[in-house]
Amino acid sequence: MLILENILLALSGLRANKVRSLLTMLGIIIGIASVIAIMTLGDSISSSVTDSMSSMGANNVTVGLQQKSTTAETLSSGMSFTFGPRMTEVQDEDLVTEEMLEDLKAYFSEEVAGYSLSESLGSGTARTGSLYAYVNALGVNKENLEDADLTLLAGRTLSERDQQEARKVVMVSDLLVNNLFDGDCQKAVGQTVDVLFGSRYRTYTIVGVYEYENSGMEFVSSAEEDTQTVLYVPLQTARDQNHNTSGYRQFIIQTAAGIQASDFCTQVEEYMNGRYYKDNDSFEISAMSMESIIKSMMEMLSTVSLAIAAIAGISLLVGGIGVMNIMLVSITERTREIGTRKALGATNGSIRLQFIMEAIVLCLLGGVIGILLGIGIASIATRLMGYAVSPSVKGIILSVSFSVFIGVFFGYYPADKAAKLNPIDALRYE
Amino acid sequence: MADKKTMIRLQGIVKRYYIGKPNELEILHGIDLDVKEGEFISVVGSSGSGKTTMMNIIGILDRPTEGEYLLDGMDVAHAKDRELSLIRNQKIGFVFQTYNLISRTSALKNVELPMLYAGINRKERTDRAKKLLEMVGMEERVCHHPDELSGGQKQRVAIARAMANDPAIILADEPTGALDSKTGRRIMDIFQKLNKEQGKTIVLITHSQELARETGRIVTLKDGEIIGERRGDEC
Repeated sequence: MLILENILLALSGLRANKVRSLLTMLGIIIGIASVIAIMTLGDSISSSVTDSMSSMGANNVTVGLQQKSTTAETLSSGMSFTFGPRMTEVQDEDLVTEEMLEDLKAYFSEEVAGYSLSESLGSGTARTGSLYAYVNALGVNKENLEDADLTLLAGRTLSERDQQEARKVVMVSDLLVNNLFDGDCQKAVGQTVDVLFGSRYRTYTIVGVYEYENSGMEFVSSAEEDTQTVLYVPLQTARDQNHNTSGYRQFIIQTAAGIQASDFCTQVEEYMNGRYYKDNDSFEISAMSMESIIKSMMEMLSTVSLAIAAIAGISLLVGGIGVMNIMLVSITERTREIGTRKALGATNGSIRLQFIMEAIVLCLLGGVIGILLGIGIASIATRLMGYAVSPSVKGIILSVSFSVFIGVFFGYYPADKAAKLNPIDALRYE
Repeated sequence: MADKKTMIRLQGIVKRYYIGKPNELEILHGIDLDVKEGEFISVVGSSGSGKTTMMNIIGILDRPTEGEYLLDGMDVAHAKDRELSLIRNQKIGFVFQTYNLISRTSALKNVELPMLYAGINRKERTDRAKKLLEMVGMEERVCHHPDELSGGQKQRVAIARAMANDPAIILADEPTGALDSKTGRRIMDIFQKLNKEQGKTIVLITHSQELARETGRIVTLKDGEIIGERRGDEC
């Protein structure tokens, strides 16, 4: 009963000193708002990133060449930082050959469902007349194209025969069609398009148009018409044009259902390195799965969140000191009131409770305002970045309990000081 | 009077400050005073005579350095802080010269305050507080805050507050000191009524000989000693 009375009393006290209370709460508000904003932002980003990454194939294992190093520090995620000048050009004999792929598939016949292969032709500019669009041309095999999970708007996808005969055909995005063919997808199919790579033109026939999707992984920094989209060509076509007959720097294994991708990575690395790259001085094979990339991204994200939360924590500490300061002022101002209350029968305990409750109410109110503000900021930020908002429940619970804790912690000393006042001295205080 | 029980019994009360220091100061030099239940006494004396110190000891806001103090038969000179809070709450009603109302709350809430500390429930508190305010003629001003009241009105609220837990003793320290004589008269009438109709024991500290004469007994203090006692109507 006394608690409820004290809450009402504290609220009336806050109302009586609106500006002062608000300024005192400001430290708490800013602290809590930034914790909530960061945590909500972190949660929103990580859930969207996880979604978009697993849609890109969580069962895929990416295998690639990596510099062998005595000086390189390899991180758990497979990213590597190489120190010193030791960077060797990849030679043809270092590449992963078709034979190696066949062998790997034969060895891991139960695990490997297929290979998703690609050959990059690099960035270029597609032109018809004076119109142009930026593209990134990629030679892909059937599996790779399936992984890309494209929505066909017109025409057809790349066929088995396109692949075998290395036809000069392409699938283009609807954005490219907007730029070059006035957005008429049907009309674009069958047309030819010239693509300028460096100083060299190559001509392709459009067989299909797919719908461009922002993967959510990149920020849309430029106008839509300037967006670089992927031009899909048959794998063999790209290899021919690159004069590549020897192999791949990188390939993707589509694992069979039920395979633990992260474990399989290790097995592939051991097998390939043991068999083919033992005597290679410069390169070795490194395999990683989406799972492990997601994991390391999450780790990175949570480290960043933690660091920012620590800074916000300092702001909360400063806010708490502000609360303590104002409580001390308030107690000095109300010394006579404390004396009167004691004369009327208040025990030390009830005086202490009164002032601790006042500090808690102050902090809690600041906490609630901070939470609302933080969610507001996070909503705007996530919306701008194009992610879905998911308010961090953990953050809210944490902040509420933390603000109560600040109230008790920083309110106790002033409240205890008030409780221990000698009633006569308090009554006589001018 | 003789058959009435003793409400306040002070025996050899000594109060010293700064004990053991070079500036040690003895304010009260051995006060003996008995106040019977239902008595209305006044304590007069010039400033520095020790009136307020004696009042603080009677109101157990302060402890005597030496001596015995029995309040309603209970030894309070050696009680614990918690017990003292309870006694102040239940047995004593304070009325101060400067009213000491809590400025942020209404007259009603001020009167409720001692009952809040006594643990009385909300409904009962409000009902009794309203009755008490009616008794002092403040029923029209129940929801007003102290800064919306005149001095006399504030003091009437303070008297209602002092009566909240129906205490046996009312201690009034210069209750009319800050009021004009007409308003002071009204306050004195309320005290007289409380004494006569409800049998409250009242200890009134005052400068005014005129007011003192209305009380049953006048105790004169000088330099920390009682130098005289007489009946109010003897003057």
